[in-house]
Amino acid sequence: MNASTVTATRETVSRHTRTFLDRHASLMPTFAAVLIFAVLLIGAQIHFGTFLTPLNMSALLLDNAYLVILAVGMTFVIVTGGIDLSVGSVMALTGIWCADLLASGHSAAVVVPLIILAGAAIGLLIGVLVQYFDVQPFIASLAGLFLARGLAFVVSLDSIRVENESVLWLQTTRWRLGEWYITPTGVLALSVALIGAFVMQFTRFGRTVYAVGGNEQSARLMGLDVARTKVAVYVISGVCAGLAGLVLTAYSGAGYPRNGIGTELDVIAAVVIGGTLLTGGTGYVLGSLIGVLVFGTIKTVISFMGAEQAWTRIIIGLMLLMFIVVQRAIVVRAERRR
Amino acid sequence: MTKVVKHRLFWPAFSLVALIVLNTVVRPQFMKITVRDGELYGALIDILRNSAPLMLVALGMTIVIATRGIDLSVGAVMAVSGAVTLTIIDGAEDPGSTSTVLVAMAVGTGVALLLGAWNGFLVAVLDIQPIVATLVLMLAGRGVALLITDGFITTVNSEPLEYVSTGYLFALPFALFISVAAITAISLVERRTALGVLTEAVGINPEASRLAGVRSRGITFGAYVLSGTLAGVAGIIYSSNIRAADANAAGEFIELYAILAVVLGGTSLVGGKFTVAGTVIGVFIIQTLKSTMLFLGVPSAQSPVFFAAVVIIVVLIQSPRVHRIARGLTGGMRSRNLSAHSDAEVAA
Amino acid sequence: MDAQPLLELTGATVYFGADAALDGVDFRLFPGEVHSLMGENGAGKSTLIKAITGALPLSAGVLRLDGQVVRFGSPHDAQEVGVRSVYQEIDLLPNLSVAENISLGVEPRRFGMIDWRQMRDRAGDVLADLGLDIDPASVLGRHSLAVQQLVAIARAISTDVRVLVLDEPTSSLDTDECAELFRIIEDLKQRGVAIIFVSHFLDQVYEISDRVTVLRDGKLVGEYLTRELLRIDLVQAMLGRSAESLRTRPRLRVADGSSEEPFLSARAVTVGSRISGADIDLMEGEVLGVAGLLGSGRTELARALTGIDRLDGGIIRIQGSDEPIGNPRAAISLGVVYSSENRRTEGIVGELSVQENITLALQAERGVLRRISPARQRELAMSWIDALDIRPPDPDRPAGTLSGGNQQKVLLARLLALSPRLLVLDEPTRGIDVGAKVEVQNLVGELADNGLSVMFISAELEEVLRVGNRVAILLDGRVVDTVPSDDLTPDALTALVARPEPVG
Repeated sequence: MNASTVTATRETVSRHTRTFLDRHASLMPTFAAVLIFAVLLIGAQIHFGTFLTPLNMSALLLDNAYLVILAVGMTFVIVTGGIDLSVGSVMALTGIWCADLLASGHSAAVVVPLIILAGAAIGLLIGVLVQYFDVQPFIASLAGLFLARGLAFVVSLDSIRVENESVLWLQTTRWRLGEWYITPTGVLALSVALIGAFVMQFTRFGRTVYAVGGNEQSARLMGLDVARTKVAVYVISGVCAGLAGLVLTAYSGAGYPRNGIGTELDVIAAVVIGGTLLTGGTGYVLGSLIGVLVFGTIKTVISFMGAEQAWTRIIIGLMLLMFIVVQRAIVVRAERRR
Repeated sequence: MTKVVKHRLFWPAFSLVALIVLNTVVRPQFMKITVRDGELYGALIDILRNSAPLMLVALGMTIVIATRGIDLSVGAVMAVSGAVTLTIIDGAEDPGSTSTVLVAMAVGTGVALLLGAWNGFLVAVLDIQPIVATLVLMLAGRGVALLITDGFITTVNSEPLEYVSTGYLFALPFALFISVAAITAISLVERRTALGVLTEAVGINPEASRLAGVRSRGITFGAYVLSGTLAGVAGIIYSSNIRAADANAAGEFIELYAILAVVLGGTSLVGGKFTVAGTVIGVFIIQTLKSTMLFLGVPSAQSPVFFAAVVIIVVLIQSPRVHRIARGLTGGMRSRNLSAHSDAEVAA
Repeated sequence: MDAQPLLELTGATVYFGADAALDGVDFRLFPGEVHSLMGENGAGKSTLIKAITGALPLSAGVLRLDGQVVRFGSPHDAQEVGVRSVYQEIDLLPNLSVAENISLGVEPRRFGMIDWRQMRDRAGDVLADLGLDIDPASVLGRHSLAVQQLVAIARAISTDVRVLVLDEPTSSLDTDECAELFRIIEDLKQRGVAIIFVSHFLDQVYEISDRVTVLRDGKLVGEYLTRELLRIDLVQAMLGRSAESLRTRPRLRVADGSSEEPFLSARAVTVGSRISGADIDLMEGEVLGVAGLLGSGRTELARALTGIDRLDGGIIRIQGSDEPIGNPRAAISLGVVYSSENRRTEGIVGELSVQENITLALQAERGVLRRISPARQRELAMSWIDALDIRPPDPDRPAGTLSGGNQQKVLLARLLALSPRLLVLDEPTRGIDVGAKVEVQNLVGELADNGLSVMFISAELEEVLRVGNRVAILLDGRVVDTVPSDDLTPDALTALVARPEPVG
C-alpha cells in the first residue's frame, strides 16, 4: 500500500466517522454505558473468578426486573424533558394494594388490571397537571409521590403476604436453558423494554416524544399533538410503575408500603447512565435497560465483596457524576467548535 | 382591595390564617399558650420550635431556586452533618462538655459547607444542570453518612446537644432563635446589599448578567454553599431532637417539603424573583398542617396524602388556566380577550 | 388584478387584553405572487401572520381561502390546507434528523410504522430541489443556522403548499444563500404558490416582491404594487411621518486617524478558528463601523475585544496597557462595554424592572456591598429614560414587556450609566423599527462627539457607512482593510465585503 492510498483510506475513514457522528452522536453515551457494563462484568470475573456464571447473570435480570420496567417508563418521561418522581411510591401503592386485594380473596385476573389502572390513573393526574395546568413536572410528580405513598399506608400500615398462586407463578417459574433461566417477571421486563424501544423508534407517537423534548413550541407549530403526548408519557410511566408493583410483589412474596423509597432516584440514575439526557430530546429505552444492568451489577459486586450496601449508592452517585461531567465536556467541546 | 388580593403574599398568608382559624375552631386549645417555669408551651410554640430544620433548609432552597437552581441534596447533607457531629461527640471523652459539642457542631456544619461548595462547584464552575448535579450528592450522601456511623444509629446523651432542639432562651425555644437568626440575616443581606437583585438577575438571565459584569458564578456558588450550610445546621437540630444520628431517616423527604414551602410562599421554581417572607409563611403552613394531622389522629405515615392534596390545590390556584376559568365565570368579554392574550403568549 | 384572491382576510381584528394588536385589517393574496408585509415593530405584522397560520384566533373578521370561509383552530388546521410558515426564529427540532424535521407529522408509514428509508429518500429529493447537499439522516443541530433555516423552508415546501409565509427568512443567511433562497421563491411562484414575505431589508423587498401591504399601529395603511411604490413613500407609509426627520444629523468632527494614540489597539487577535490574526485600532471620539458578512467573525471580534471570550492569541492594548482582559468585569473596569446582538438572551433581564435593568451593570461594578440607594437608582433610571426617550417612561415596568427598540435603549442606558470609554455595539438596530433605528444611530453620533469611542457592527452596510467615521472590513476572521467612510459608497463597500479573497 503506498502513501496516497493510506491517506485516501484515512480520509474515507474520517468521512465515515463524520457521517456516523452527524447521524448518531446521541448514541455515544449509550455506547459508553455498554462499555462500562462490559468492563464491570469482566473486571468482576477476573477479581472473583466465579462472577460471570449463568446463574449470576440470570439472577441479575430477575433481581432488577422491576427497575427495568420503571426505567422504561421513566425514559419516555425524561425524553420529553419531564421527570417523574412518583414511580417508587406508585410501585409501593400498587404492590400493597395488589397484596391486599389478593388477601381478601379477589382473583388475580381482576386484581392485576385494577392495579395497573391505578398506576395509570396517578400518571394521568400528573400528566394533566403538567399539561393543562402548567405545573412543573417536578412538582406535579412530587404530588404524585406524596399521594401514592400516603395511600399505600392507607391500604395497610404493615406488609401483607401474598399466597395467590398465579402471582407467585410469575416469580417461581424458571424456564431453563442449560444453567440459564428466566422467570416470567424477567420476560415481562424484557418485553416492556422491547415494546418501549419499538414505540420510541418506529411510531409517530414515539417520534413526537423526542420532538417535544427537542422543542415543545416547535413541535406544536409543526402540528404535532403535543398535549396528548405529554399526558401520555406520564400515563405510560404510571402503567410501568403499576406493573413494577406487581413484579416486586411477586418477587418479594409480599406487599409492603415502605417499598421503593428513593427508588425514583435509582431509576433516574440508571436512565442517565444509560445515555438519556435529563434536558430531554435524546435517550434510548435500551440504553436505560443497560443502565439498570450496570446498577444491578454494582449491587451484586458489592454484596460479593461483602461490603456495606451503602457503597452501592456512593458508587452509583460517582458514576452518575462521571457521566454528567463527560456529557458536559462533550457539549462544551461541541460549542467551542462552532 | 384588589391591590391587597393581588399582592404576591396574599394567598400564602391567607392560607396560613385560614389554617390557624380552622384549627382554633376545631380545638380551642390550639391557641392556648401556657407558662411553666417561665417557659412558654402550647401547640403554636411547638410549631415554631419544630419548624426550625425545615425553615433553615427552605431558606437555603429559596436562594438556590432564585438562581434558577434546585438543591436535592439537602436531606443527605443533613444526614451527613448529623452523623459527623454525633460521631465526634460520641467518640469524645466527655460528651456532656459544652466545648466538645460546640467543636463537633462546628465540624459538622463545616462539612456541610464543603458539601454545599461541592454542589456549587458542579453547578457554577462545571455548568452542570442543578437537578443532576445535586442528585449526585443526594444519592451518595446518605451512603457516606451510613459509612460514618458504621451503618448503625449513633445515639448520644449530651445535655448541650439536646439544648439546641429542646432548650429555652428568654422563655422561648432556642431552636426558634436559630430560625429567626437565619431569617433576619438573609433578609438583611437581601435588603441592605445588592445581593438580592443581583441574585434575581442571575436567575432570570445568567448570560445577560455575566455580560453586564455580574459575578454570576460567584453568586450561584454562594447560593449552594448557603444551602449546604443551612442544611448542615438543620441536620444538627434534627439529631439533637432525636438524640441520635439516623443516616436513613434524617432529612427524609425534606427536600420535597422545602421545595413545597418555597412554592407555597409564591417563589416560582423557574428562578428569578424570590420572597423570603413567602418561604417563611410556606414553612409555617406545612408545619401547621403536620400539627393538624397529628391532632386528627392521622398516622404520620398517611399524612403525605394530605400534602399531596395541598400541593395539588396550591398549584391549581396558581395555574393560569384556573385563573382564566375563574374569570370566565365572573366576566364576559374581558375574559375572552385575556384568553386570546394568553394563547398569544403560548404561540409567541 | 381581477382574479379571485387565493387568500383573503377582511376586517381582521385581534385583541391582546384591552389593546387591539390588529384592527379591522383587510389583506389579500393572489396565487403566484410574492407579497411583502411591511411595518414597524408592533405594527401588527406578526399578529397578522399568526392569524393566517392559525397560531392565533381572530377576535373578529373573516378569513377566506379560495372564497370559502375557513377557521383555523391551530397551526395544524392551516397546514392541512396548505398554509405553511417559516418563522425567523427557527422552529425546528435540533435533536432530530434533517429528514424527520422535514417529514414530522406526515411521515411515510408502513403498517403504522415509520418508514425510515422512504422518509430519507423523500427528504433527499426536497433538499436536492433546494440545492442543499446535506445528509438527510444527519442530526439537524449539527448544521449551521443558515442550513437549518433552509431545512425549515424545505419542510414548508415538502408538502402541497399553497400559501407560504416567510417571516424574516434572510436574517441568518449570507449573500449567496439569500440568492439561493430567492431562486427558490421564484421557482415556487412559477408553481403558483402565494408567498408572504416579511423582511426588514428594503432591498430584498424590492428585489423579490410583487406587492406590498403596509401596516401601522395594527391598522392597514395601504396595498401597493412594488414597482409603483417609491422607497421614500414606502418608508413614509410605514412611519406615518415625513422621512425628512429621519435623516441622521451631520457629524461634527471626523477623527484624523494618523496623529493620535489609539484608545484601543488590537494586534493579531485570534479566537478559535473564527478570528485569525485580526488587527484593529480605535481612536478616541471615533465611530468605527465594522462591515462583514455573517460568519466573517463580526460578533466574535466584538466578544474578544470586550473580554467575553478568551483570546487564543494576540494582544489587546487599551491606553497603552496590555493587561489581558479575562472577563467582562475586567473589560468594564477599563471602560470597555459590550452590547450583544442577542438582546433577549444576552441583554435584557426580562422580569426585572426597567430601573433594575438600567442600574444592573453599575451595581455589579460597585460590588454587592455598596448598594446604590433606591432614591439614587430612581434618579438614574429616570434621567436615562428621559435622555433616551424610553417609552413607556415607567421605571417599574418589567423590561421584557417593552418593544425591541426600547429594550435596546434600556441596554444602552445600562452601558452608558457606566460612563464607558469604548462602546462596542453588536447589531444594535437589528429587529427594531425604523424610527428607533434612526434614534439609536443619532445617539451613537452624539456619544462620539462627546469623546466616546464606538465600535458599530451591523449587517446593514448602508447603516455602517452612515454611522461610522471609518469602516473596518472583516473577511474570514481578519480585518482586511480600514477605509474612511467618506471614501465609500454602499456599492463600493458591498464589493469590498463580498470580496472572495483578501487583497494585498
